[in-house]
Amino acid sequence: MMARAVIRLLSRYAVPILFVVVCTAAITVADMNLSRISTDVLERFFRNLFLVLSLVIPIVAGLGLNFGIVLGAMAGQIGLMTVQNAKVPGLGGISVAVICSIPIAMLLGWLTGLLFNRTRGREMITGIILGFFANGIYQLLFLILAGPVIPYHAKDLLLPQGMGLRVTINLTSVERGLDDVMTIPLRTSAVVQEGTPGAKVQADGSYVKVTRWGEIPMLTLLVNVALCVLIWLLFRTKLGQDLRAVGQDPGVAEVAGIKVNRCRIIAIILSMVLAGIGQIIFLQNMTVMNTFQSHEQVGFYAIAALLVGGATVTRVTIWNAIFGTLLFHALFSIISVAAQNPKLLNSPQIGEYLREFFLYAIIGTTLAIHAWRSRSAARAS
Amino acid sequence: MSDHLAVMLERAKDGVRSFGLARWIIVGFLLLIWFIAGIFTDNDLGTLLGDCLVRSGMNGLLVLALVLPIRAGSGLNFGIPLGIVCGLVGGIFSLELAAANPFGLSWLSGVESLSRGGSGFLIAHAVALPLSALLGLGFGWLLEKVRGQEMMVGIYVGFGAVAGMCVLWLKAPLTSPELIWPIGGDGVRNTIVLQDYYKWILDSWGEVSFGSFAPGALDPQGNAPAFTRSGGFYLPTGLMLFWLGACGLMAVFLKTRLGTALSAAGENPEYARSIGIPVARMRRWSIVISTMLAASGIIVYSQSYGFYQLYKAALWMAFPAVASILLGGASLRRAGVMHVIIGTLLFQSLLTTSLPTVNSLVQNSPYREGLANLPEIARLVIQNGVILYALSRASRGSR
Amino acid sequence: MPTSPVLELRKIEKAYFGTRVLKGVELSLHAGEIHALLGENGAGKSTLMNVLFGMPVIRETGGFSGEVLLEGKPVSIRSPKEAMKLGIGMVHQEFMLIPGFEVHENIKLNREPLLGLPVRRVLGRSLDLLDIARMRRESRESLARIKLEVSERALVADLPVGHMQFVEIAREVDKGDVRVLVFDEPTAVLTESEAETLLGVMRDLADRGIAILFITHRLDEVMSAADTVTILRDGELVSCSRKDETSIPEIAERMVGRDVSTEARTGAGHAPSADHEPILIVEDLRVEMPGEEVRGVDFTVEKGEILGIGGLAGQGKIGIANGIMGLAPATGRVAVAGEELRLNSPKDALGRGLAFVSEDRRGVGLLLDESVEMNIAIPAIEIHGRFLRAPFLGPFAPVDRGGVRRHAKEAIADLDIRTTGPTQVVRRLSGGNQQKVCLARALVLEPRLLLVSEPTRGIDVGAKELILDRLRKLNREHGLTILMTSSELGELRSLCHRVAIISEGRIAGILTPDDPDVQYGLLMSGGTL
Repeated sequence: MMARAVIRLLSRYAVPILFVVVCTAAITVADMNLSRISTDVLERFFRNLFLVLSLVIPIVAGLGLNFGIVLGAMAGQIGLMTVQNAKVPGLGGISVAVICSIPIAMLLGWLTGLLFNRTRGREMITGIILGFFANGIYQLLFLILAGPVIPYHAKDLLLPQGMGLRVTINLTSVERGLDDVMTIPLRTSAVVQEGTPGAKVQADGSYVKVTRWGEIPMLTLLVNVALCVLIWLLFRTKLGQDLRAVGQDPGVAEVAGIKVNRCRIIAIILSMVLAGIGQIIFLQNMTVMNTFQSHEQVGFYAIAALLVGGATVTRVTIWNAIFGTLLFHALFSIISVAAQNPKLLNSPQIGEYLREFFLYAIIGTTLAIHAWRSRSAARAS
Repeated sequence: MSDHLAVMLERAKDGVRSFGLARWIIVGFLLLIWFIAGIFTDNDLGTLLGDCLVRSGMNGLLVLALVLPIRAGSGLNFGIPLGIVCGLVGGIFSLELAAANPFGLSWLSGVESLSRGGSGFLIAHAVALPLSALLGLGFGWLLEKVRGQEMMVGIYVGFGAVAGMCVLWLKAPLTSPELIWPIGGDGVRNTIVLQDYYKWILDSWGEVSFGSFAPGALDPQGNAPAFTRSGGFYLPTGLMLFWLGACGLMAVFLKTRLGTALSAAGENPEYARSIGIPVARMRRWSIVISTMLAASGIIVYSQSYGFYQLYKAALWMAFPAVASILLGGASLRRAGVMHVIIGTLLFQSLLTTSLPTVNSLVQNSPYREGLANLPEIARLVIQNGVILYALSRASRGSR
Repeated sequence: MPTSPVLELRKIEKAYFGTRVLKGVELSLHAGEIHALLGENGAGKSTLMNVLFGMPVIRETGGFSGEVLLEGKPVSIRSPKEAMKLGIGMVHQEFMLIPGFEVHENIKLNREPLLGLPVRRVLGRSLDLLDIARMRRESRESLARIKLEVSERALVADLPVGHMQFVEIAREVDKGDVRVLVFDEPTAVLTESEAETLLGVMRDLADRGIAILFITHRLDEVMSAADTVTILRDGELVSCSRKDETSIPEIAERMVGRDVSTEARTGAGHAPSADHEPILIVEDLRVEMPGEEVRGVDFTVEKGEILGIGGLAGQGKIGIANGIMGLAPATGRVAVAGEELRLNSPKDALGRGLAFVSEDRRGVGLLLDESVEMNIAIPAIEIHGRFLRAPFLGPFAPVDRGGVRRHAKEAIADLDIRTTGPTQVVRRLSGGNQQKVCLARALVLEPRLLLVSEPTRGIDVGAKELILDRLRKLNREHGLTILMTSSELGELRSLCHRVAIISEGRIAGILTPDDPDVQYGLLMSGGTL
């Protein structure tokens, strides 16, 4: 009985457990610089968490992993371009970007929702292809129409000919506008022997070494906590309960009088809006936007992070998102350090490919396990 | 006599109708491009037409690889990069034989001549086909386990295979100087030139050309064969025969007892099971053959292109192939050889002709750099639009 | 009952595509009574319920005529939601519960009590918080009312199957002002003791003044629980009587009874082959077919006879043929002409000369997007390697299109399949003609035993006659042995030499076509002779 429960727990959380093991092993073997990794992981965590959280609602509503958040990310980027064009600085710029992105994300979400209702049972593959398709439209808008038709004029936005946006845009106006409002550094200090590298002599003659573990951007933290609370609250409202019911069994929900298709569209719209804001948070931290690439892989990365946290295609909690983001980016950070470590891979290139391989393997494996389980469940009933 | 005529007319009408509106639009679009290219630009229509044939022949086998999985009921096989990777392994193996000590094995030395010409092409296949059959078997087994999510899992198997291979390329035990980076740098080069091996081995077989350069012909200095084809119509006879031959074989296969059983398994698995057809095995073998065709497909593609492209080049190759067969009139559940031929010709022609046409049209525009992106954007939109359309059309609940 | 009825249905008439399925049905329900509604499959029970609950399917097919009166006032119910508002509830046969929800969430599904927040004015009701405390409290009360000792916090998925039914009842009870409650075969999935508890709960509810309509086929339950019994047959009201004025045999006879004597009966005229040589021996066959489970049957089919298998839907009659043919997981022993049949292998069954016309014509029987000719030929190609050119090529032998065409033309003429030609796609044929194609594809295998399931379901009268006639002719003139499963008792009695009645997954008895109606009725309703 006990052993069974343990096995069930292990299989349920196989992915996260495997991750912890791999990360710990890599750190111990390579004797890595922990403070550097910690700093990197913290930075990545606050950069990505919001995007990962944007995936939660559609899973609960039974739409699976929303690969369509690429469209939401595009909306966020449009907001940022607009702000950069108008040079609204700092926190105000970020607010304007968010406000600009919301109606676009809502429109895109509504259209995506309609499409997903037509392709029920195949939302994920539709989402992936929709992302590629939307990328074509996006390029049309910002390679061809931006300038001649879309009234952007800023020199640092447009290509010299006046048609199309630059491939990379420095987000000078909103640069870390959210993160840098207030940060708290994480430091530990320890009394060490004389001659330890980096140690500083104190007034009393002892030597103290200060280790930096990274910074916490307080406002970003606050925004993320607020989102977590809002999601938690949402699932305690009538709408949230309807979404849950639709996700569990659309047939029964329909009979009970819940408007299933409407709920699904609402879930997608919410996800898109959040993804738009998430992308703005992501890019204000990056400070540079790859106009035609930043959004492309957003879906894949956020989804992989969520799955690493133990979420599945049908089950998710906020904690999955938080732990997943932390673990996934810890792995990414460790792989890039490990790849350069002569004891391990000794090739930065391998690190890059390994990361990509892990990305696909995580999503692919989780999907396979999900399909496998739902098939055997269907057979059992 | 007039009865006969009426019947013929009716048949023709049926043919026109079954060809479908979407395809007529693409054909119209294509003709428009050709018309524009012919009248308003200095592009040579003969050259364009020849390029269309070459590109279709290059890609044709990859599109053909999709037929059986659709017919057997596994949907669109987005996992063909798995086969492509196998084909590349076979190809690189054949090229490594040109090294002094292939794979660092002295007993293998002296087989350099095997790597060039037809034998190199065959050796590439000899390695790629068994390998792809093996991996295809595993892939088919996996897809059977994840029934209902085949397309999603297929995408990730394809992506994963390519990304995983990237790591292996970096660590491959190769010695041929033409394969590895000269100094420093890990592993195999990004692109490997087939010039001295079996470039155009198919294309040039029985080639017909009108114009200056042709594969196999010497360049003006009388040295190595030319790299690019330019000027005049060119028919890659061997390539076309290879592709159309494979299509013909497929068509014949579909009309055999096994082909019938396979199609029945895809169309209605319950029905197939009720008459004793091993449905799962049919699906598995369709994936094996698909993976093998993809492996061969990339070798054929590369011999025509003139390079093996390694690393992430294969990542996106499934999507144009899928779009082609859908454009040819296939759906998630039905596909035939004619869909492959029509779809490949249409899609590749569209890609091949739009680029030079747009380029010549916009060359005097102040926006020419931006507008030059139009063909690529159109490709993205058409390719993914076609797939999206097919996904949204398939009836609910079905794969 | 002295009171005036709570619910009255008057002169309800309904036709689907010209077929009258309800012919002036009347029903009145009184407060505090348990009213049993009985009838065979297709008698019109479900259509009547669809009318009562305003299901969209009724409106979409042209509505109905007649009156529905609630407490004497005519009402028009246009959706299940309206029915709910009027206090008419239903406990479904298949559970309408969300397994991942807790009991109280299911009881309050889409009727959750809400806490009105100040934001309501801006955001609308959908963002009101759930009043979870109240949800739990009220659910607990409702559970207590039906005496179900289950925590309201339990996950429905973790409950035993029997309890799910009670959760559904609790949900209906929780609706508070429920005046009429319909139970649709509520005991089908329950164990005996659970069923007893359920009947007790129904009694309690009735005593509290709720009118209960109890749809069932178990006559013993009717006798133990119901006050009034209404019987429908072929869309007509047969009788409505107080329980104590009737008896099980009488009910059974009324459910089944029809004038069969005017239909031609083969059974009487044509005896099975004199030597009683068994062609199929079935021992302890158990079949796991969802909804049609077979729980151990033994029977023998003799060469040259037509054995009928009858019974109500869901009792397992469909499962028998599917189990023998290897289409549903089966255990037990089956011997064909003395040789043991490998179970769960369609190929073995077909190879031994069995052929099957499935009840699921479109799902199992046909390749809808293939031509008529290929539909007929494919089984023969697969099983016997017929219609092949160069058969020595094995699986790679090409199909002989000419042979396929010739054979299809013969079959089309023979069975009078109405089609534009052998290349027409089967999807475009009418149901009757599709069924003829199914028959043709079975006959091309030249079987020694033909299994036919529901051969006339959903097809027009002309095709029905032709198919039955053809089966009779195959049996008489070619000596083909047939095992025929059908829900139409009349059809079985007119065609078969013997009819086995299946009840609860077992053979309740084997009758001859001439046995009296009451015996058929009793066996079908779970009784014994």
